[in-house]
Amino acid sequence: MNCVLAEDNILHGTPLLRWVYELAGLFLPCWLSYFIAGFVIMFILVNAVLLGAAVFVWTERRLVGRLQNRVGPNRWGPFGMFQPIADLLKLIVKEDLIPQGADKIAFVAAPIIMVATAILMLAVVPFAKNTALADLNVGVLYVLAVTSLTSVAILMAGWSSNNRYALFGAARGVAVLISYEVPVVLCLLGVVIVAGSMSLADVVTAQAVPFILVQPLAMFVFVAGTSAELNRTPFDVAEAESELIAGYHIEYSGIKFGLIQAAEFGGVVTASAVIATLFLSGWAGPASNYIGWLWLLIKIGVVAFLFIWIRATFPRLRIDQIMAFAWKFLMPLSFINLMAVSLEVYFLRDSSGALTTTDLWIMTVINLVVFAVCIPLFGSLIRDKVRPAQLQPTARATPGATVQQAGGEVT
Amino acid sequence: MYGLAMVKGLMVTLKNLTRKPFTVQYPEERLTQHPRFRGEEFVWYEERCTGCASCAKYCPLGIIKIVTSPSETAIDQGDKYRLEVFDIELQRCMFCGLCVEACPYDALFMGSGFEQGKYSRKGMFISIDQLRQSEKHPSTFFRPQLESTGYNPHKNRPLDWKEVGRESWNWHRQEKMGMRLASGPDLDNGSAEELEPAGTSSSDGSNGASS
Amino acid sequence: MPIRTEPMTVNVGPQHPSTHGVFRLRITFDGEEILEVEPVFGYLHRGTEKLAEERNYVQVVTLTDRLDYVSSMINNQAYCLAVEQLLEVEPPDRGKYLRTIAAELQRIAAHLMGIGFFLQDLGTLGTPLMYCFRTREKILDLFEMLCGARITVSYLRPGGVFADAPEDFWPALDRFLTDLPGELSELEQLILENEIVMVRTRGVSTLPLDMAINSSVSGPVLRASGLAWDWRKAEPYDAYDRVEFDVPVAQNGDNYDRFWVRMQELHQSARIVRQCVEQIEPGPVRLDLPLVLRPEPGREAYGRVEASKGELAFYLFSDGGISPYRCKIRSPSLINLTVTEHLLVGWKLADMIVTLGSVDINMGEVDR
Repeated sequence: MNCVLAEDNILHGTPLLRWVYELAGLFLPCWLSYFIAGFVIMFILVNAVLLGAAVFVWTERRLVGRLQNRVGPNRWGPFGMFQPIADLLKLIVKEDLIPQGADKIAFVAAPIIMVATAILMLAVVPFAKNTALADLNVGVLYVLAVTSLTSVAILMAGWSSNNRYALFGAARGVAVLISYEVPVVLCLLGVVIVAGSMSLADVVTAQAVPFILVQPLAMFVFVAGTSAELNRTPFDVAEAESELIAGYHIEYSGIKFGLIQAAEFGGVVTASAVIATLFLSGWAGPASNYIGWLWLLIKIGVVAFLFIWIRATFPRLRIDQIMAFAWKFLMPLSFINLMAVSLEVYFLRDSSGALTTTDLWIMTVINLVVFAVCIPLFGSLIRDKVRPAQLQPTARATPGATVQQAGGEVT
Repeated sequence: MYGLAMVKGLMVTLKNLTRKPFTVQYPEERLTQHPRFRGEEFVWYEERCTGCASCAKYCPLGIIKIVTSPSETAIDQGDKYRLEVFDIELQRCMFCGLCVEACPYDALFMGSGFEQGKYSRKGMFISIDQLRQSEKHPSTFFRPQLESTGYNPHKNRPLDWKEVGRESWNWHRQEKMGMRLASGPDLDNGSAEELEPAGTSSSDGSNGASS
Repeated sequence: MPIRTEPMTVNVGPQHPSTHGVFRLRITFDGEEILEVEPVFGYLHRGTEKLAEERNYVQVVTLTDRLDYVSSMINNQAYCLAVEQLLEVEPPDRGKYLRTIAAELQRIAAHLMGIGFFLQDLGTLGTPLMYCFRTREKILDLFEMLCGARITVSYLRPGGVFADAPEDFWPALDRFLTDLPGELSELEQLILENEIVMVRTRGVSTLPLDMAINSSVSGPVLRASGLAWDWRKAEPYDAYDRVEFDVPVAQNGDNYDRFWVRMQELHQSARIVRQCVEQIEPGPVRLDLPLVLRPEPGREAYGRVEASKGELAFYLFSDGGISPYRCKIRSPSLINLTVTEHLLVGWKLADMIVTLGSVDINMGEVDR
């Protein structure tokens, strides 16, 4: 029997799925081949994310090591490359503890949800021309919907652990995630307006000029927001190992902990992929018909390096400061970006609503000026919190001065 | 301000990315200790030890156990005691070196190693037999006579009891002349400078105390 | 409908990674805000004072290493000064200079450790800490040359130091002092004016000067509150009256100022070491004292130094025996902890960790 994917199927634009579906459809009933095609896609996705997480863990640990002037893991395999595998093996054979008084169902479900969100996010990212695993026409919306699932998982993990540190971590994590959704969504609106489509494949093709240049403000806000959503420095309050030891996953051990770690580091990889797609023109580049995947990988690497670099350098903000940063700094910036982009598109577009490359360059110039004006402007608004110390010149103590005398002068 | 200092910080870490790591990969790569390093594996010269137990008395933790019996020959002439037990309970030792400082006859030295980890507490002591048999690489800790020769326990050959004493060190020969040796040290021929690193020197002691 | 809330009590420590040892704080939180603090310590109590009463005067030096185990040299110094007061002796000049060099190097090492862990508490991924340790390692190497050990040094003795520095110590010290400014400026560029550090620490957990004086806190904590008080200036011991240095003072007494004062003291300590190296002359390093000291009965002594964390003092009373009849240790960390409640209440959980880091306590010294 021959199975043909209907034109109106949401996955019609995914050649891989269609190809597997039609091939399997030669021998199997259509419903089964549809299932198999879906399974193949999921198989690729899961392994891509987990492998990406493993590679990222190794890269991060080596890089942070070198940034800190030490070596990093180097015991197993060339340059310690098999370290993530060793970690994984250790986590798998480790005893899997569920604390007494924990809410078992939520406790077990939380890591699974976390991994699922990290994996699902990658589904819509186009790896090369016409090679997204699922080329949804609402891709941007899908990304947003999937990422907000993480907050549920964090709340579940923190609440069900029956541990006060975990509760702190969960409360912080959810607060951060919900706050940072808002500016991130507003940035993505700007991207969608310029691209004229919600499909990530169309967003890539629309980037005749990479959107990092067209909308630098949006890029800035999106990267900041994403690193907050990923619990990475300087926004890693939900884990905050110096304060909450490990935050919401303090009680997890064994493979559940491994899943959380995989979700966390896989999340960075997928988020880097999304950023590369949205702002760095994804797979586009010279000879992109042949080595589009390479361009995407390079861009993912650049974004991931940025995340690692920032993590190795900066301290952590306090939770109220993170909230203030989201609502008082990123939020206005994303509004400004949205307004500027909307106005520019309104005036520049031609009768069919499309933008030419020249239009994009004009927008680039305007938006770079807006960027250069807005960041110092809003920076100065929160400056009184960041004012450098009015440092007194070092004074010499008078030998023999008594405490009362000296104290009397100063108080 | 405006994140400029943060950018500066990023540049610092980036600069360090290009630098050689300062850490050392221990089992393959080893740092060399200074000759003064207070290591484990105490070096003890039975020939020099009189069994006075100064070290045991001076140990802040009291972990040195010494049992002596009077030597059968010539007790009246003050012959030295015979050592039966000389145990150092290594598990409680804090390597302060006060025993070495207390030893008036230069019989006890700090060692030069640091890899005496054991799986059980039972093995964590040094017995007299171990002290007798072990290779003698004394640390130069509190032993200026070794330091002035430039002796390095990590590189040079093991030292004989005749080479380590203060009497071979010219500055102090007046001070330590009272030491009883088989036949008094030949101070005119022997000089500390002849005590050279392994490979370059003759193997016998230079002061010829027992010849 | 009003939301019902209730305070939550959390035991921070004794196994918490950021309490700088086995320190426990029972904290009642309202959300993230601290309502009540009850510090609980004593988990590292080893009875040093009593142990000192059962050992002779030189043996006690090894115990002092283990008080504030990141600044052993200075502990040695405080104790040796006390014993010298008991015996009414003074070490020879070269001994004094060597002691000053050792103590100032140790102060750099201890401050680097304090700064590194303070920044670690702020949430950096160990980068400043590793840079601090990079420099501290070199100091420990110098200590290994001086006395054969890196942490538990026991280098100082009543009446001087146990041995002169070896020949290769001086070129190594010279190299270290040449490299130090570059390494410190790198650390300063990395973090001293970082905006996140500023936001997190400026104006947080301020300690007003009158309160600092009334609670008799000392060291960088006191100087950060605005009083230029340093025992090296006020009552110079060893070679401090022959060197020039400034006492860094800040005004606000907040977390940042405590951090800043430590950063500045690094430079001053290096300055002292440089002057000592210039001034030091050959000569004996140790008085010819007997191995077992017997001060006159009934004498008492109070030897105090400006340790890395504040005023460290040993009170000794002699009954004429070979060991002190009473040994009392005034440890700066313990006294500095008395203002904990004032510093923490009203601030947030994240600030609590940072404040503990900025006060820079050491549990070996608090519990003794």
